[in-house]
Amino acid sequence: MKREIGSGPPVTALENIHLSFGGLRALQDVSVAVQPRERLAIIGPNGAGKSSLFNIISGIYTASSGVVRHKGEERPSRMKPYEVARLGIARTFQNIALFPGMSALDNIMTGRNSLMRRGILSEALQLGWARRQEIEHRRRAEEIIDFLEIPSVRRTPVGELPYGMQKRVELGRALAAEPELLLLDEPMAGMNLEEKEDMCRFILDVNEIQGTTLILVEHDMGVVMDISDRVAVFDYGRKIADAAPDDVRRDQTVIDAYLGTAHEH
Amino acid sequence: MFYRETGQYKTTYAADRAIFPIRQDRIGIAILLVVAFVVIPLFANEYWLRSVLTPVLVFSLAAIGLNILTGYTGQLSLGTAAFMAVGAFAAYNLEVRVPEVPFLVSFVVAGLAAAGVGILFGLPSLRIKGFYLAVATLAAQFFIEWLFTHVGWFTNYSTSGVITAPPMTLLGYSFESAESRYLLTLCIVAGMAIMAKNMVRSELGRAWMAVRDMDVAAEAIGINLMATKLTAFAVSSFYCGVAGALWAYVYLGTVEPQAFDVLRSFEILFMVIIGGLGSILGSFLGAAFIVLLPIFIANASGLFGSALSAETIAHLEFVIFGGLIILFLVVEPLGLARLWQIVKEKLRLWPFPY
Repeated sequence: MKREIGSGPPVTALENIHLSFGGLRALQDVSVAVQPRERLAIIGPNGAGKSSLFNIISGIYTASSGVVRHKGEERPSRMKPYEVARLGIARTFQNIALFPGMSALDNIMTGRNSLMRRGILSEALQLGWARRQEIEHRRRAEEIIDFLEIPSVRRTPVGELPYGMQKRVELGRALAAEPELLLLDEPMAGMNLEEKEDMCRFILDVNEIQGTTLILVEHDMGVVMDISDRVAVFDYGRKIADAAPDDVRRDQTVIDAYLGTAHEH
Repeated sequence: MFYRETGQYKTTYAADRAIFPIRQDRIGIAILLVVAFVVIPLFANEYWLRSVLTPVLVFSLAAIGLNILTGYTGQLSLGTAAFMAVGAFAAYNLEVRVPEVPFLVSFVVAGLAAAGVGILFGLPSLRIKGFYLAVATLAAQFFIEWLFTHVGWFTNYSTSGVITAPPMTLLGYSFESAESRYLLTLCIVAGMAIMAKNMVRSELGRAWMAVRDMDVAAEAIGINLMATKLTAFAVSSFYCGVAGALWAYVYLGTVEPQAFDVLRSFEILFMVIIGGLGSILGSFLGAAFIVLLPIFIANASGLFGSALSAETIAHLEFVIFGGLIILFLVVEPLGLARLWQIVKEKLRLWPFPY
C-alpha cells in the first residue's frame, strides 16, 4: 500500500511556542508542524523539552506565548486535555499511565469513552441505546485487542501485566479513541529487541492502514531513523534541526548536541 | 467440582457482558432472592426483620452510595450521614407541606435533593484530593447537622427538634408491619443495587474508575474530569439520600438530626472498607458485618452468663469489635468481597490443585 503524506494544512502546528516554569525556560520559540499521515520523530537529550512539547499539544500545559493550530484553525489558548482529545488527538505516556485497577479490556474500552453517549438513567437501566452502545463499542475494542495480539490478557487487571504488555495496552487505549494524530512518548523505552520489533510493526500498521498521523519521542536512534519520515531535534528547549533522517544524521549541530561521534553499528 | 464454567460458551458480546455470565452464579443469586423475598419474611421474627435485616439493607444502600464515590471514583468522603440527613429531611418536608405526594415520590425527591447538595459539596473535589477533600466533606457533615438542628423550618418548627415520618401508604395499603417494611426496603435496595452494578460496568463506571486510577491519563483520553467527578457525587448522594429517607421512614420513625452525625459517616466508611472498595457486593457484606458483629458478640458474651456485668459486656463489645476490624484490615485489606472472589477462584478448580 502506497502511503501519501498529505499536503495542505498540517494536522497540528505549533508556532513560536514559548513555555517557562518560573525562571526555567522549557521551550523557546519552537515551531513544528506535522502533515496528515506523516511520521514525525522528536529526539534530543533529557530535558530538551520533548515531553513539554507533547504536554502542550495535548493541553496539559498552556504555552506562555505562541499559537497552536489544529488543521489550520487556531486552538483556544486554554484548551482542556479532554477537549484536545475530542479533536482526535490521543497519546501515550513516557511512564505508563494505564488504569491499574481495571482489566486490559476495560482500559481499552475507556479509550472509547469520548465516542460514547452518557445518560445516567439509561446506563443504570441498561435499556435501549445504552445497552447497544456498550456492545457496538465492545466489538471495536475487540478488533484492537486482536490487532495488538493481546486476547489472552483481556480480563487481567493491567497492574498485573508485564511491562511490554502494559505498553501494548496503553497503545490500544490510545488507538481505541480512533485518533487522527497519535502522540507516542517513548514507546520503545525499556523493551527488548523482540518487543521493539512488535511495537514498530503495530505503529507502522496504524500509520499505513488507518492513515493515523504520528509524532513520537524516542531515544532509540535505530528505530527513529528507520521508521520516521522526518526528525526534529531539540536541545535546551530549542529546535536545532528538522529534516529527513539521513540529513539529520549528518547535521553537525545535531552530532554535537546529541548524537555524538557517529559510530557504525 | 460444582462451580465450573467449562462448556458455557458465550457467542455474543451481549451474553459475555451479562451481569451474571456464569450459570452457577445465576442459580446462586436466584436462590438468594427467593430466600430474601419469600423465606425470610415467612420465618424471621419481628425482632430480626425490624431491628437487624432492615437496617442491614438500608446501610447497604448507603454503603453502595459511598462506594460509588470512594471505591469507584476515588474521592474520599466523610459526609455520608449528612447526605442521608438531607434525604430524610427532604422527604419529610415534602410530605408535610404537600401531603398528597405518595411516599415513593418523596423518596425520589429525597434522592434528588441529596444529589443537589452532593454536587455543591463535591465542587471542592475539582481542586483538592485525598485527605484534604475528606476534610472538606467533613465540613459538609457538620454544617448540615447544624443547619437541621438550628433552622426551625427544616423540622417544621417542632419544639423538640425531631421529625416524625408520616405513615407510608400506597394504594390504600399501609406499610405498618415489620414484614411489609422489610419487603419494601428490599425491593428498593435490590433495584438500586442492580442499577448501581449496571452503572459501574458501563461507560459511566469506566469513567469513574479511570478518574480514580489515573486522572491525568483519564483527561488525556477525553474524559471530562469535572463532569465525571460531579456525576459521581450526584449519584452517590442520591443513593445516600434515599437511604436516609428509608432510615427515617422505615426504621426510626422519629428522627433527630443527631441520628446522622459524623459517627454514622464513619460507620458507613467502615462498611465500605471492610466490605471491599469498588464492589457492590462488598457494600452488602460490609453492612451485614458491621450490623451483625455487635449482635454476635453480645450473644457470645451472654454465654458466659452472669459472670460479667452488663457494663463489662458493653465495653467488651467495643474492644472486640475494634480488634476484629484491625485484624481484618491487616489480613485482607481488600475486604470481604475480595475474600469471596478468592473462594470462587478456588472453587473453580476444586478438588484439583490447578
